[in-house]
Amino acid sequence: MTAPSFVWLTVFFALPTLLIFAIALKPADPLGGIGEGWTLDTLRTLSNPNYPAIVARTLRLSAATTALCLLLATPAGYHIARASARWRQILLLLMIVPFWTSFLIRVFAWKVLLHPEGPVKRLLLALGLASPDSLLLYNEGAVLLVMVYTYLPFAILPIYAAAEKFDFRLLEAARDLGARGFYAFIHVFLPGIRRALWTAVLMVFIPALGSYVIPDLLGGPTSEMIGNKIAQRAFADRNLPHASALSALLTLGVLAPMIWVLFLQRRRDRRPAAAEAAP
Amino acid sequence: MSGFLVFEDVAKHYGPIKAVDGCSLEVARGEFYSLLGPSGCGKTTLLRMVAGFEQPDRGRILLDGKDLSDLPPNRRKVNTIFQNYALFPHLTVYENIAFGLRVARRPAAEVRAEVDRMLALIQMEDQAHKRPDQISGGQKQRVAIARALINKPQVLLLDEPLAALDLKLRQRMLIELDLIHDEVGITFLYVTHDQGEAMSLSDHIAVMNAGKIEQIGTPTEIYEAPRTSFVAAFIGDTNFFEGTVRETLDGDYVRLAVEGLPDLVCFNDKRIPPGGRVYLSVRPEKLRITREPPTPDPRRNAIETTVEDVVYLGSHTRYWARIGEYRLAVQQQHSRYLLDEKPIVWKERAWVSWHADDGFMLEQYRESDEALMSLPPAEDAGEAAAKPEKRVW
Repeated sequence: MTAPSFVWLTVFFALPTLLIFAIALKPADPLGGIGEGWTLDTLRTLSNPNYPAIVARTLRLSAATTALCLLLATPAGYHIARASARWRQILLLLMIVPFWTSFLIRVFAWKVLLHPEGPVKRLLLALGLASPDSLLLYNEGAVLLVMVYTYLPFAILPIYAAAEKFDFRLLEAARDLGARGFYAFIHVFLPGIRRALWTAVLMVFIPALGSYVIPDLLGGPTSEMIGNKIAQRAFADRNLPHASALSALLTLGVLAPMIWVLFLQRRRDRRPAAAEAAP
Repeated sequence: MSGFLVFEDVAKHYGPIKAVDGCSLEVARGEFYSLLGPSGCGKTTLLRMVAGFEQPDRGRILLDGKDLSDLPPNRRKVNTIFQNYALFPHLTVYENIAFGLRVARRPAAEVRAEVDRMLALIQMEDQAHKRPDQISGGQKQRVAIARALINKPQVLLLDEPLAALDLKLRQRMLIELDLIHDEVGITFLYVTHDQGEAMSLSDHIAVMNAGKIEQIGTPTEIYEAPRTSFVAAFIGDTNFFEGTVRETLDGDYVRLAVEGLPDLVCFNDKRIPPGGRVYLSVRPEKLRITREPPTPDPRRNAIETTVEDVVYLGSHTRYWARIGEYRLAVQQQHSRYLLDEKPIVWKERAWVSWHADDGFMLEQYRESDEALMSLPPAEDAGEAAAKPEKRVW
């Protein structure tokens, strides 16, 4: 690692993280500040009986978001890479354009769309796909939908970048050897872009774990995620150590899969070819 | 010739560009057939239509009597060796070769036996567990051959398979390809722009230019009896002469009047009557260059010229000899006799001669085809370009 990026990472990533870990070990101050001395009390409060359900929901929603994003982004990235230069530019532009609008406004836009009087509901009603008293908002489904919407570009971009460098003659070779198109896609294309798939997993799963605005605005009381709890502890309860403890939990939850993926990739790269003896 | 693989008036357009413009040819079972032509002549498109990656706009392709048109690539009994080999980078040599059988869901024991047999054929048993990026270009080539042959195709399609290799390796793989063809007895359809490869490997060659087939024949026919100026100039070098039949001589010979040269005698296999226009092609190695005039012979042409350039090439010497507008390319093999002689040098007067049978009449002549031939050394090429002249050497 070069010196400037090391300094950058230390100042803006390592130090704040350590600070959060440290604050988690401090007592809370009734005025909303941080008390003197060290304590493990805050960590004990993490055994709050509400938390396991929230953590499970956070993991479940993030995993589902990641899976759906990959499922949509892989064919999307493939087709963008195979499109003519003109179409490729248009498609990439269409993907970037929403970023020119504030994230918050886009989430509110979804709220309008999914509103009981909104266009989506009316369309579904007209098609007979929804009953008049069904609710599209304030549930896990709405949260999942908008999370997929939000994180999809972060999955498409690395997959597209890898697909663009992929040698599509390999797919022809697979077809030539008797493989149907789908078999070639699964057995030749996906292994060819597997690094990008892992990148996409990290790019979606990690920010998804920390989601807070989406469940806050579109979720109901039963679709809270850990991000909502952190915000609640910090802003409503003014209990910074407690918020820090939750944040530390989340950070560890993010770092663990990341380190695991890096480890897997490294082992794959270093594994001598002979170890993969075919028969 | 039984047509095993038959092209019937096949055409393919890309927008206004005619990539393949009405090609018909027949490949016999088990033969080594080459499609030879410059890049962009449509030979690769023709090959890709057999593989199924392109669909003809017109005409059809028959394999063993069956129309291929509606079959997708994976259902055609043909396999391709791609120009860059297209080995799967995430699979080992073994897995690459096994790919076709695994797609076909053949039993594991059979896959193992067949892959081992192929590895033995290409002599790479000890490299089976390496990945494509860990083996050399020649080895990749052999893996590509094994991967294609394991499916027991009815036709093996080879798309410039030697283009990525260096000269030495190319020569060795040339011999290996020939041996493999003899051993497996499968029909080979070979696409190349290299006339040397096509000549040394093929039973038949189809020479292509601008989407059309210029000539089909054995390597000897193509070289010795070119139909068009394109074939004559693309395959080896040649000298073109433009003349009019002055009179028919006894037997099958005619006397040609050629502007700026003494009359030429040539074999009249095309039965051109007096007054007819003739384009003659004479290969450089058919010409003899001597300091003394050759003994007069009614069946021999002899022209006194000035030597403009001499290039010694070891096994032979290349001369460019000028007479008027014509610059003749002469290629002379060396022998003890010639080496003992004082060599002919630049600016010397010398006699260029050839037998009447060594000139071949073309059916079709295009002046632009002369650009295909190797140019004389640079200074003269520059001079030739600066001073517009009829560039017939």
